[in-house]
Amino acid sequence: MRRPARKPLTGKRLRNLILNVVTNPFNMIVLISLILLICLIIIPLLQMIQTTFTLAQSELRRVNGKVGDFTLYYWKQLFASNLSSALLWQPLRNSLLIGIITSAISVPLGALLAWLMVRTDLPCKDLIGMLIIIPYMIPSWCKSMSWLAVFRNERSGTPGFLQGLGLPIPDWLAYGPVAIILVMTLHYYAFSYIMVSSSLRSVNSELEEMGEIQGANKIQILRYITLPLVTPAILSATIMTLSKSVGSFGVAANLGMRIGYFTLATKMHDAINNRQAGLGYAMALLLIVMASGTIFANQRVVGTRKSYETVGGKGTRRTPMSLGKAKIPLLVFLAVFLLLAMVVPMLILVMETFQVSTGRGYRLDNLTLYNWIGEVDPNSRTNHTPGIFRNPVFINALWNTVKLTIISSIITAFSGQFLGYISSRGRGKWYGKTTEQLVFVPYLMPSIAFSAIYLSMWSVPHLKGIVPSLYGTFTVLVLTSVVKHFPFASRAGTANMLQIGVELEEAADIAGASFWRRMGNIVIPLAKQGFISGFMLVFISIAKELDLIILLITPQNRTLSYLAYTYNKDALPQMADAVSVCVLAFVLLSYWIAYKFFGADIGKSWG
Amino acid sequence: MSKIELINIDKFYGDNHVLKNINLVIEDGDFMTLLGPSGCGKTTTLRVIAGLEKPQNGRMLIDGREVINCDDAYYEEPSKRGLNLVFQSYALWPHMTVYKNVAFGLKIKKLPAQEIDERVMNALRLMRIHELCDRYPNELSGGQQQRVAIARAIASNPKLLLLDEPLSNLDAKLRIDMRSELKRLHNEMGTTIIYVTHDQVEALTMSTKIALFKEGSLAQVAPPMELYMNPVDLQAADFIGNPRINFIPATGRLEDHRLHVDSDLGSFVFGSEHFTQEPIPDGKFPCVIGLRPEQVNIEEQPSAGAIEAKVYASMPAGSETLVTLVVDKQELLAKQIGLADYHINQTVYLNIDPNKMNIYDEKSTRLIKLAV
Repeated sequence: MRRPARKPLTGKRLRNLILNVVTNPFNMIVLISLILLICLIIIPLLQMIQTTFTLAQSELRRVNGKVGDFTLYYWKQLFASNLSSALLWQPLRNSLLIGIITSAISVPLGALLAWLMVRTDLPCKDLIGMLIIIPYMIPSWCKSMSWLAVFRNERSGTPGFLQGLGLPIPDWLAYGPVAIILVMTLHYYAFSYIMVSSSLRSVNSELEEMGEIQGANKIQILRYITLPLVTPAILSATIMTLSKSVGSFGVAANLGMRIGYFTLATKMHDAINNRQAGLGYAMALLLIVMASGTIFANQRVVGTRKSYETVGGKGTRRTPMSLGKAKIPLLVFLAVFLLLAMVVPMLILVMETFQVSTGRGYRLDNLTLYNWIGEVDPNSRTNHTPGIFRNPVFINALWNTVKLTIISSIITAFSGQFLGYISSRGRGKWYGKTTEQLVFVPYLMPSIAFSAIYLSMWSVPHLKGIVPSLYGTFTVLVLTSVVKHFPFASRAGTANMLQIGVELEEAADIAGASFWRRMGNIVIPLAKQGFISGFMLVFISIAKELDLIILLITPQNRTLSYLAYTYNKDALPQMADAVSVCVLAFVLLSYWIAYKFFGADIGKSWG
Repeated sequence: MSKIELINIDKFYGDNHVLKNINLVIEDGDFMTLLGPSGCGKTTTLRVIAGLEKPQNGRMLIDGREVINCDDAYYEEPSKRGLNLVFQSYALWPHMTVYKNVAFGLKIKKLPAQEIDERVMNALRLMRIHELCDRYPNELSGGQQQRVAIARAIASNPKLLLLDEPLSNLDAKLRIDMRSELKRLHNEMGTTIIYVTHDQVEALTMSTKIALFKEGSLAQVAPPMELYMNPVDLQAADFIGNPRINFIPATGRLEDHRLHVDSDLGSFVFGSEHFTQEPIPDGKFPCVIGLRPEQVNIEEQPSAGAIEAKVYASMPAGSETLVTLVVDKQELLAKQIGLADYHINQTVYLNIDPNKMNIYDEKSTRLIKLAV
């Protein structure tokens, strides 16, 4: 086994080596992609890190030095000053508290529901399944709006549904950690549900049947056979829930800011909005480290095997476990729980949009269409906001949202297929692995931290003005949305491309097809179907984004989600609700279209 | 219609030396089979010839024209080599009809539409599937898909046709049918064919020459009958032939240019006219007698020179009977045409022609005496 000897570099050899690389369009595409990925992902991250160590104008009063000096000021302020408690330790504690408790409740909840749906003879599975999955499509910030619709008290200026009925709602229930945890739980449990149910479905029933033959009873089988086999999925779900809830902004902002309850994500947003960039970015880095840490832990603990998948064999048929007398009570309990947790708050949200004053009931004299189509009464001294459909701000935001969503998702979907092509054809080679790893990086960061990176990078011009500052432009919103969704789009693209066997391209190669011919005649026609369903899922994800773009939005570029957030902050709950309902309708309609016409599977999206 | 020469070809996958100094000449009009067990490098060799893999070392010439020169890092594109390939998995484009699949390469060459139509329909007719031209691959059976793949390969009238285990996905009966189709095709078209398989029966029946691969190197290149009659070493002898060749341990010594071999089957003397080029060791040395089962003739009555044996097991299979025999302690397999009825422990007499024996040097495993 001797290694191939290195050949002498003659002129002819050199010329041929260069030609071989340059005349193959694939190599050029790989090169360009790698450069782009480094510029879009690595460099902004490094830029942000550098900013946290660079003295800015606003700190000159307190620190000796010039603008641009290296400094540890921001980090010291964060970790070791008398502001640290308010800046870091409290918010960090709050974030961790929320994350841990959310995971602790939502994962068992989701796992239990998964088991009930997949493994027992629970009746009405279609209905329950819908009640479980549909809420998953609703953006988490939207759920926080409906929580407020139910639980708001005088602190917000206008009462919520329960307060309006006469029930005094304490602050600690309406806002703060309890509210945040409950809303997040009701959002992320669906995550665990999807992961665990797919894992349960893939466990070979013959394994359990063997246990039965050996004499184990149902409980023993569950404990010794089934549970260990789905443990990777459960662990994965726990870690992902932890990571996402720690990094979440929208819910924490809507439900926490009003009583001054900060998490790391909202504190970071605060700092950046208060022109404390260095400090804010340091917090963002901290968030990233925490999120990546949990994800790496996930990889180590679970390994690249996400579940014990059945390979071959016939073990898919299985007899469901009988619930016996518990069947009907359980069904009723579940249905009521899901209705109360999901449907009712949404209804209250919708109804609130028709109320003159919130919390005052639904008598006809309190119902109005003003929030939707009302015009401003020029004599009114308090009300200056027209109904949303007549509000140019809303129309503008609607148009921006549609523009952003369509443009970003088209770019993302195409990029995803290209990146997927590189990853799949380059499997095992250095450029395939590098592409996969680079593309994975945005996944490690919570959305709000990622947008902080782009804020830091694009607020100033680069390369002496060749690359202008993109702050406040629509472009930076598109760029952020596209790159943040690279991991998902690329994964979808890779799976799609792997389905198109290499031999199909090799056969075309032998027939004399050039690279572009191969792409056009073979790869693209075969990739169409997967492309479209991947596109739809990216489309929907971008439509409901708040966390990702909130730091980058300026008044001209407002999107619907941002508008809802603003109205909520400005104590205009009915307007906020109306906008949320619009987003909701848009998202649900898009999901339905994706599912019905393009066969997109919601389980594959990671909203 | 094309002569291929592989000169000193080496291929590495990382540190894995997959092709070791391959030197092979395929004459114009040959039906050359690359034969060997899984993982021996035959498919890699085919892909190197096709241009889908680049070797690290060596040269390749087609009709005297250099298409690979590793020292110069020159690798001619597959489409310029005048060849075509039939993949093991057929690689039919699922979104194109049969007609479009076959026409694809011709369209790229920018042939006039009339000529494309002619060539496509000719190829389809040759493979007897012209009525399927508007179907899609997923509407065809395995055998039909395979014919489409072959039609696609021959439509461009290649000078060299490469086939990578094309019959391995078919059932036994279809395989036999397709073998005769391919042989007829070779006859009619006269194209040089390089065929990869691990099935030695396919190799023996279809080829004009066989290249036997062993762990990345060429063990033997010979016409089928020569490979069958005189495999160059013990491994080759073991691989070729169904049922397996009989190996009988023996002792040999060279005396006066004659080879004396002593074994349980008896003692034999061979003249030097049947020796190979391999060196024969001095003195007494262990050797192995290779004897094909069909060369063991069983008689129920003793005769001059016959060896006594006991029947260990008898397996009639309709057209032939396989009999396991024991001579002293040595087991032997015999193959007899037709149905024969032997009882266990029956005594029989074996008539063996020593000329049909292959003698191998046990240490070097090489053939030292030819069968004639």
